[in-house]
Amino acid sequence: MTQHRYQTRLAYLFLMPALVLLAAFSFWPVFYGSYLSFTDFSLIRATHWVGLANYQALFNNDMFLTGLKNSLIFLLVVPLTQIGAMSLAVMVNNQLPAIRWFRAAYYVPVVTTVSVVGIMWGFMFHEQGALNFVLLQLHVITVPLGWLSDDALALFAIMFVSFWRGLGWYMVMYLAALQSLPAEMQEAAILDGANRWQRFWRITVPMLYPTIMVCSMMSVLAALKAYQEVDVLTQGGPMNSTFTALYYAYDQGLKHLKLPRGLAASFVVSICCIGIAFGCLKYLKPRHRE
Amino acid sequence: MNLRPAHVLRLFLHYLVLAVIAIVCVFPFWWTFVVAISTKGNMFEFPPTFWPQAVSLENFSEVFRVIPMWNFLKNSILITVATVIGKLVICSLAAYPLSRMAFRGKKLVFGIILATMVLPSEVNFLVNFVSMTKLGLVDTYTGVVLPNIVTAVSILLLKQAFDEVPQDLLDAARVDGALEWVIFYRIVLPLMTPWLATVGILTAVEAWNEYIWPSIIIAKPEDFPLSAGVLYLRGTYGSSTRVIAAGTMLTVAPILVAFLFTQRFFMRGMDGAVK
Repeated sequence: MTQHRYQTRLAYLFLMPALVLLAAFSFWPVFYGSYLSFTDFSLIRATHWVGLANYQALFNNDMFLTGLKNSLIFLLVVPLTQIGAMSLAVMVNNQLPAIRWFRAAYYVPVVTTVSVVGIMWGFMFHEQGALNFVLLQLHVITVPLGWLSDDALALFAIMFVSFWRGLGWYMVMYLAALQSLPAEMQEAAILDGANRWQRFWRITVPMLYPTIMVCSMMSVLAALKAYQEVDVLTQGGPMNSTFTALYYAYDQGLKHLKLPRGLAASFVVSICCIGIAFGCLKYLKPRHRE
Repeated sequence: MNLRPAHVLRLFLHYLVLAVIAIVCVFPFWWTFVVAISTKGNMFEFPPTFWPQAVSLENFSEVFRVIPMWNFLKNSILITVATVIGKLVICSLAAYPLSRMAFRGKKLVFGIILATMVLPSEVNFLVNFVSMTKLGLVDTYTGVVLPNIVTAVSILLLKQAFDEVPQDLLDAARVDGALEWVIFYRIVLPLMTPWLATVGILTAVEAWNEYIWPSIIIAKPEDFPLSAGVLYLRGTYGSSTRVIAAGTMLTVAPILVAFLFTQRFFMRGMDGAVK
């Protein structure tokens, strides 16, 4: 008994530093933050409870509503990224010469800091930049487009950058899953005379199902929470057309020092995300048990 | 080797598609690099130059003149090293009892740690900034590093690694009367080196790349790490595009080199995540 108690005490001693840090910087922000979103908190004066005022203000605010709409439009990135990444994973899941270098190339955007991504794509999207030049040469467009300065285009340019950053990440996820699949099924199917296409749709895709669900869920959450790309590419402009919901939270909370307003916006996003996550998990479970 | 024309054609198309996607992924880096080492003319003109012209390192020396590049580099290294060491020590300490010790409340603690993965964490920094103000850690690197030390993912990865250590080894040591602490760092930890390296490298990349939190918590731009400093460079009046490109290259170069040498660790981390 004493031995057991000793073990327990020791275990908590080992766990202590991690638990303290998690409590301070992961749990506290959520609890204290949700409290603050119902107040008029600021660092320089006393705090008052204001009830739902911050939330009401949000839904009367055009910028936030545009942000929510844009966050939903951002979801278009999800199927593109997932289909692209899975196809790419299938294409690099082999031992062809130099395949390792291709995999590395696709992963390079993933390890690059967002600030650098923002600067480089700022160059690319410039009206006299590389993208317009290439598209003009290929006769896809007839006049140079203002990718980041045209309010009808800027959001899609940002979404493309998000796709570009995500492709390699999800490719590696799918690749890891593909490599853990047993080879016997494929071999049996080849013996039965199934062609590549049939093998892909009838064997690979069904077996990848759990990975597809997990990746899609991660991708949906990431799309709803996108804001860093906005920060480094357009800062919400031109004419507030590229605000996403979370960029609004960041912009209000940090740049305009309206912390409660920002927190309220971020909790609206969070609640949507938690709802989606639980929905997906419920949908996932029965398949897992099969 | 199968050399039927149909097969060769298919192989060619396969590589063609792979190459086009690879170019899309890598081209922005190449163009920025070309701009950074060239000194002639205007960057934004038609047709643009995609090959270096009038090569010199002038733009790079200009970067060091207009912004405190060495400071940025030093700060990035400091933040990265501190985050990696802090995470490896504290997360492996936490993962060990979760994997290898029997104690009361184990399931609950594990559940609490996992719960942080579903918490809405994206804008934690809004409140963390308030906490740091109250703790007096604004404008310190301690303030930059502390919130990034513990993540549920790292604890989970390390716990899986501890799970793979054979139980016989621990039993033998316990029978011999070794202290738990000694078992942990003399017997188990040395077996974990590949996993510690994996978590360390993934953490290093994250810490090096983080730009929002450091730029919030650090007051003076000269104390920024590279990732935040490079945006400061872009915002500075009078720096030319070529100088910005050079600064950008200096910011990504260490990460790209590190990545090319340690690719397999990235794949391993992912394997753990998928399981």
